[in-house]
Amino acid sequence: MQKLRFLAQKEFRHILRDPRSLVIVVVMPIMMTFLYGYAISLDVDNIVIGVIDYDRTDESQQLIDRFYNSAYFSKPDVNSESTDPETWLLSSEAKAVMIIKPGFAGSLRERSDFSLGMIVDGSDNTVAAAVQNYASAVVSKYALDQIPVGRDIPGITISTQVLYNPDLESSHFFVPGLVAIILMMISALLTSITIAREKETGTMEQLLTAPVTPVQIIIGKILPYVGLALLDGILVLVFAKIVFGVPFVGSYLLLLAFGLIYVSAALSIGILISSLVKTQQVAMMFALVTTLLPSVMLSGLVFAIRNMPPVLQGLAQIVPAKYFVTVIRGIMLKGAGLGTLALNGLALLLLMAFLMTVAARKFNTRID
Amino acid sequence: MSFVSVQGLGKSYRGVRAVNDFTFDVRQGEVYALVGPDGAGKSTVIRTLCGLIDSDTGEASINGFDCRKQFNHIKPILGYMPQVFSLYPDLTVTENLAFYGGIYGVVGPEYLERVEYLYRFSNLKPFADRRAQALSGGMKQKLALSCALMHQPKILILDEPTTGVDPLSRRQFWEILLQLKEEGVTIIVSTPYMDEVARADRACFVFRGEKLAEGKPAELPGLFEGTLYYFDGPPTMETIDRLNRLGDIRARRFGGGVHVYLKRGITLDEVTPALSEMGFDIKDFNPIKPDLEDCFIQLMEES
Repeated sequence: MQKLRFLAQKEFRHILRDPRSLVIVVVMPIMMTFLYGYAISLDVDNIVIGVIDYDRTDESQQLIDRFYNSAYFSKPDVNSESTDPETWLLSSEAKAVMIIKPGFAGSLRERSDFSLGMIVDGSDNTVAAAVQNYASAVVSKYALDQIPVGRDIPGITISTQVLYNPDLESSHFFVPGLVAIILMMISALLTSITIAREKETGTMEQLLTAPVTPVQIIIGKILPYVGLALLDGILVLVFAKIVFGVPFVGSYLLLLAFGLIYVSAALSIGILISSLVKTQQVAMMFALVTTLLPSVMLSGLVFAIRNMPPVLQGLAQIVPAKYFVTVIRGIMLKGAGLGTLALNGLALLLLMAFLMTVAARKFNTRID
Repeated sequence: MSFVSVQGLGKSYRGVRAVNDFTFDVRQGEVYALVGPDGAGKSTVIRTLCGLIDSDTGEASINGFDCRKQFNHIKPILGYMPQVFSLYPDLTVTENLAFYGGIYGVVGPEYLERVEYLYRFSNLKPFADRRAQALSGGMKQKLALSCALMHQPKILILDEPTTGVDPLSRRQFWEILLQLKEEGVTIIVSTPYMDEVARADRACFVFRGEKLAEGKPAELPGLFEGTLYYFDGPPTMETIDRLNRLGDIRARRFGGGVHVYLKRGITLDEVTPALSEMGFDIKDFNPIKPDLEDCFIQLMEES
């Protein structure tokens, strides 16, 4: 235990004295949250929306003006006279098309229920989610303004049809997933670099001849990073809550438990990488390609896995981030409990056990 | 029984032989030097002893424990100083010492006592809070040695500890080593410097992975065969080249002159006509006693 303390203490000093690792640990997570968070909110401004107006009344024209005068929506560049909404979406001239059926003005006057049609391009799921929210806001504001105070408000609903990606997911789904990326980065990237550094500078030679076991060396080295990873996870969550208002519905403790499993898997990958390479540079490249890239691309964070070609779908099954992204989204946004997450948790646990075994076996006490 | 035993050690890297059938023994309390040029295989032998390399053939043991299978028993009595500077450059002198103390289990009052002792002979105390990267080459080596000595090892293995260190620091370093020998520490040290060999109890010439010769530094020059001559003339490249062109002669620069030795079985009389023909005055060639380096070079060239 005492030896572990010395190893961990030394590692902390390395981190504190190396500006590069400080940047990765502190600045990167905040930067990433900012970038990803704002990239989303930028996307949902000025959504190009086409309108097919079958009503052709003053009221329908007013509604259309309301849409285009809002900050959320803008007109398509080409004023297409097409009456087929899909041609707009396919050509990407518009992200969504609103259809005002005949009788809009009439039902507004009679205060009867009316249903507006909305066809949304689901291939860009963050935009698609925003379209629905913003459109209903614009429509209900318009309806409110048309009716004198005290009167019943007509029930204008928007019946949305999403094309290309029917199971639409909320944009809030993005930031929790970011935690998965950052944990993976801190854990795998930094541990592989720090172990590779000991090999590169030759200090590993002396460590291996000292009366410490390889397990002690590894645990002593990774303990500070487990702490840092958890700290970073909290940092991003707090940041996400304050800046982007991402909710946290579920159990913190459950997330912590899954987080530890996930971090252990990530650390094992880091150790595995470091035992395969000899220099920090190669370790970094290796880590980026094998952890960060799949975690972003194949975890379902950005692209839905079920829309991928079969080969990539298969590959995604061995990406720890895939399970953790599902788990953290479930806990944070839906308040999912252990019961609903059991399958993902089990997969994560198995993956971790496998990676740990391989990493421990591969860790070399010889230097050639 | 010897304290360190290496028997028939062999090791190849991707088909290139680094060490071949290497055998030696070191007695307890002895200072044993492995001498040879870069790439001779010294590091491979040392790393095998330190459990860092698995040899292809042969066995190595320290204090009766096998360096491959029972290395855990060797760790507590072994101090190792690798060839490359093996400390943490971003940690201070004290932090490095405390870290090695920690992993060797030297803590508390025992550590404080030990550090004082190590500071006494290394003279590093004034630099206690300086980061290791800001130390001079000689100081770095003394710090590395201090770390390796933290747990009072019975055997100290040093891989070229004085390479790239200034002559004064080299001498100081060796004085520390000899002091440790007085305390009963067994020392195995590799070096490319012939002048350091004289301070060892026994030395072993290593070349191309083979042991060329072994013995006490005073006795090793006796292995030189034939007669050595000192040519008292300017040791220019041209002179040396001309001498070497005579197939029976080997010449090499030595200080302000040239050491010339004749191949086995050749006498000076036999080469005198050829030398005279080339314009050399035979009176400039005076027989001298060979030193360690002459001996090593003869062995190297005949191997």
